[in-house]
Amino acid sequence: MSIEELSIDPGLAAPPRRSPFRKLLRDPQAVITASLLLVIVLLGLLTPFIAPHDPNEAQLSAINADPGTPGYPLGADQNGRDIMSRLLHSINTSMISGLIGASVALAIGITFGLIGGYFGSRLRSVTEWVFSLVMTFPGILLLIVLMPVTKGDYRFTMLIFGVLLSPGIYRIVRNLVVGVKNELYVDAARVAGLSNLRILARHVLFVIRGPIIIAAAFLFGGAISVQAGLAFLGVGSTLVPSFGAMISEGFLNLYIDPMQFLWPSVLLGVITASLVLLGNSLRDAFEGVKLKPAKIAAPKVEQVAGRAESRPSDALLEVDDLVIAYPTPSGKLNEVVKGVTLRVNAGETVGLVGESGSGKTQTAFAILGVLPAEAVIVRGSIRLEGRNLIGLSERELRQLRGRSIAYIPQEPMSNLDPSYTVGAQLVEGIRATTGLSKREARERVLALLKRVGIQDPKRTFDSYPHQISGGMAQRVLIAGAVASRPKLLIADEPTTALDVTVQAEILDLLRDLQAELDMAVVLVTHNFGVVADICDRIAVMQNGQVVESGTALEVFREPKHPYTQKLLGAILDEATVRTDPPVSAGALAGGTTR
Amino acid sequence: MTNPLLEVTDLRVTYPGRGFRAKATEVLHGVSLTIGEGETLGVVGESGSGKTTIGRAVLGLVKPSGGRIIFDGQDITHVSAAERRKLARELQVVFQDPYTSLNPSMTVGDILSEPLVVQGATAKDARARVRTLLDQVGLPRDAAERLPREFSGGQRQRVAIARALAPEPKLIVCDEPVSALDLSTQAIVLDLFIEIQRRTGVAYLFVSHDLSVVRHISHRVSVVYKGDIVETGPAASVTSEPEHPYTQRLLLAAPIADPIEQEKRRAERYRLLEVHRQQAEQAGAVA
Repeated sequence: MSIEELSIDPGLAAPPRRSPFRKLLRDPQAVITASLLLVIVLLGLLTPFIAPHDPNEAQLSAINADPGTPGYPLGADQNGRDIMSRLLHSINTSMISGLIGASVALAIGITFGLIGGYFGSRLRSVTEWVFSLVMTFPGILLLIVLMPVTKGDYRFTMLIFGVLLSPGIYRIVRNLVVGVKNELYVDAARVAGLSNLRILARHVLFVIRGPIIIAAAFLFGGAISVQAGLAFLGVGSTLVPSFGAMISEGFLNLYIDPMQFLWPSVLLGVITASLVLLGNSLRDAFEGVKLKPAKIAAPKVEQVAGRAESRPSDALLEVDDLVIAYPTPSGKLNEVVKGVTLRVNAGETVGLVGESGSGKTQTAFAILGVLPAEAVIVRGSIRLEGRNLIGLSERELRQLRGRSIAYIPQEPMSNLDPSYTVGAQLVEGIRATTGLSKREARERVLALLKRVGIQDPKRTFDSYPHQISGGMAQRVLIAGAVASRPKLLIADEPTTALDVTVQAEILDLLRDLQAELDMAVVLVTHNFGVVADICDRIAVMQNGQVVESGTALEVFREPKHPYTQKLLGAILDEATVRTDPPVSAGALAGGTTR
Repeated sequence: MTNPLLEVTDLRVTYPGRGFRAKATEVLHGVSLTIGEGETLGVVGESGSGKTTIGRAVLGLVKPSGGRIIFDGQDITHVSAAERRKLARELQVVFQDPYTSLNPSMTVGDILSEPLVVQGATAKDARARVRTLLDQVGLPRDAAERLPREFSGGQRQRVAIARALAPEPKLIVCDEPVSALDLSTQAIVLDLFIEIQRRTGVAYLFVSHDLSVVRHISHRVSVVYKGDIVETGPAASVTSEPEHPYTQRLLLAAPIADPIEQEKRRAERYRLLEVHRQQAEQAGAVA
């Protein structure tokens, strides 16, 4: 047994590291909006050098001057002030507003979000209460009422606005921190002796930085809009040039010179729209575009000999030379199941054994016809009682599933809908396959629950999934699976998530039901003990191929393939008991290579 | 081995109930155990038995509501945060899930060197130590520049082991460190644990649900059932001829990887369950 090799195979290795910022550079929306903003900010910074006039310099001769008038490229307003100079100065007003508003909100929100999320619940209740209080303040109204305090200084107003915005950031940060703080790596960092400050900075804040950066872009835009809105209403000093004030004055002059109103509106629009779009690009880059949930549909079939043709056969299930592949980003097909041949007779239990990535679950899903939509069945056939399942329509497959083929999953809990009672879910399943009346179905379910060893079927029937244990949930799913007396039961690691004592009971139940209903079982598992307990025959899978198959006794007692021998050798059996005595560090002193 | 390295006496842990005035639940009802230097104590139990909580209490990740934890002669039951940070040199952890126990945004080198730098090592020393550690756990040296997601489960667990070994601790709490791994990887990683122990004399508090894993690595074994230790003894005897009825059930429920042996064991299990049922009936009749 050698040490596993590092996954350097480019096809299988994780995608190469790509930082969110590199991703942003490839996103045209981000590049365009960011460059627009950059140009605007640069213009703002260069204002003292390029503005032709002081923003408040009024010239009687220039009142309502047309665009293009010498010295007034965009004209002048009703007070004879240069529009272009005022525009350039307004950029700075906006940017400063955005900076103050966003940074105050971020500073307060992040600090208290980290504290409230990371430390105990008492501290959290206090911060929660304070921020909820802040949220109840009517923002804009408060800013107007506080005019006497701020003395009309927009910077002071934006500082207060930043405080009012902070609850939003606080909530985002707190929720993210609560999620991250229970991650094991945070525990590990605590055990490693890191101070809380360092853990918060390196392990918490760094991991949740994405959403905060995104929120910052939106906050910035929000602060700019509010500042413009206040200035439009005439709140604040009239001496400060700003988009809001310019739009307001342009409005008054709308019939004389509509262009006066247009310039500031366009610039303000470009700034806020760019910020919002940039925020969206940031979200895509940091959080990734959400993948659509894998659609379950009949996968593409490349080439199937004798499509859906029937062939008489004595085996219940015959999988022949099945090849399943997934497209890689480069467009090639990556085969995960490479020519699997499997035969299951009626009433027999076959164990499909292998380690993770061996293709055993893919094979099982192919038999059930629930491979993800992007899967490609390259070739091969899956015959149930002689009928080829590959190439059947979803409707035809649905006819089979729940009737001829049933399924037990690995995670019983996640396969029950938490918002319905156990009974309602089973009744729905039975009625879908049998067409019984509601009442008959209920009787049937109660009988089934009793059959699978549930002590108080009525109570379980009325329970919600979170009210029952994992072992009970698995019994419920088994009841649902055998309800229609299927000929074939596919069990995908049915006991892996359960305790050993519960596992033994579930295996007993499966064994009894199998004999009683004379159904065939395909048991997918990595546990050789489970296989030895219940399986008649075994197929050992490795890298998408069945490397060895035979009766359980043959495979266990005389494994032929080296991989099977290796796996069986790795089992920690009764014989492997530790016998060497403890060696203390003291005894090792001198010449140790710790 | 006159004084045990770790001595836990009558440890109780209570989790507060959820919601206002909800009832608190006690998950450990007075657990006592000792671990000597260089020794492995296996703690075996099923889900919800409280076995993981024992380890977390020793690490200071949950607060005990009663009892005492003495480590290396020092009472660490309620030590301050600053004292706890000092303990990090001596007391380390390997968690179950190698996928969430490594910070996804840090390179393996940073993950391994961070605790060292925090403890006062220079960057150069830390780098040299990281190389030694990677060697010790059988990872290539260029692993330091990679991110955790570029590694398989077994390799990630090696990184986690290396991180625990970094400050040369006296005790490592191992919380189901191999249960997320494939069978063949499991055996290799267990052997790595044993090999490191033989070489460095580190002690393990090894928590697992799997009797065969515990049997493989432990000198002594404690069995936890519903918040109590029901049986403690040498690994060989506890895991092959257990005395407590629960341990007997646990042993017989674990299937053997051989159809004929397993059939025998199954029959034995049925017989034992029948005996236990009759005993319970008699006890009920008497009471």
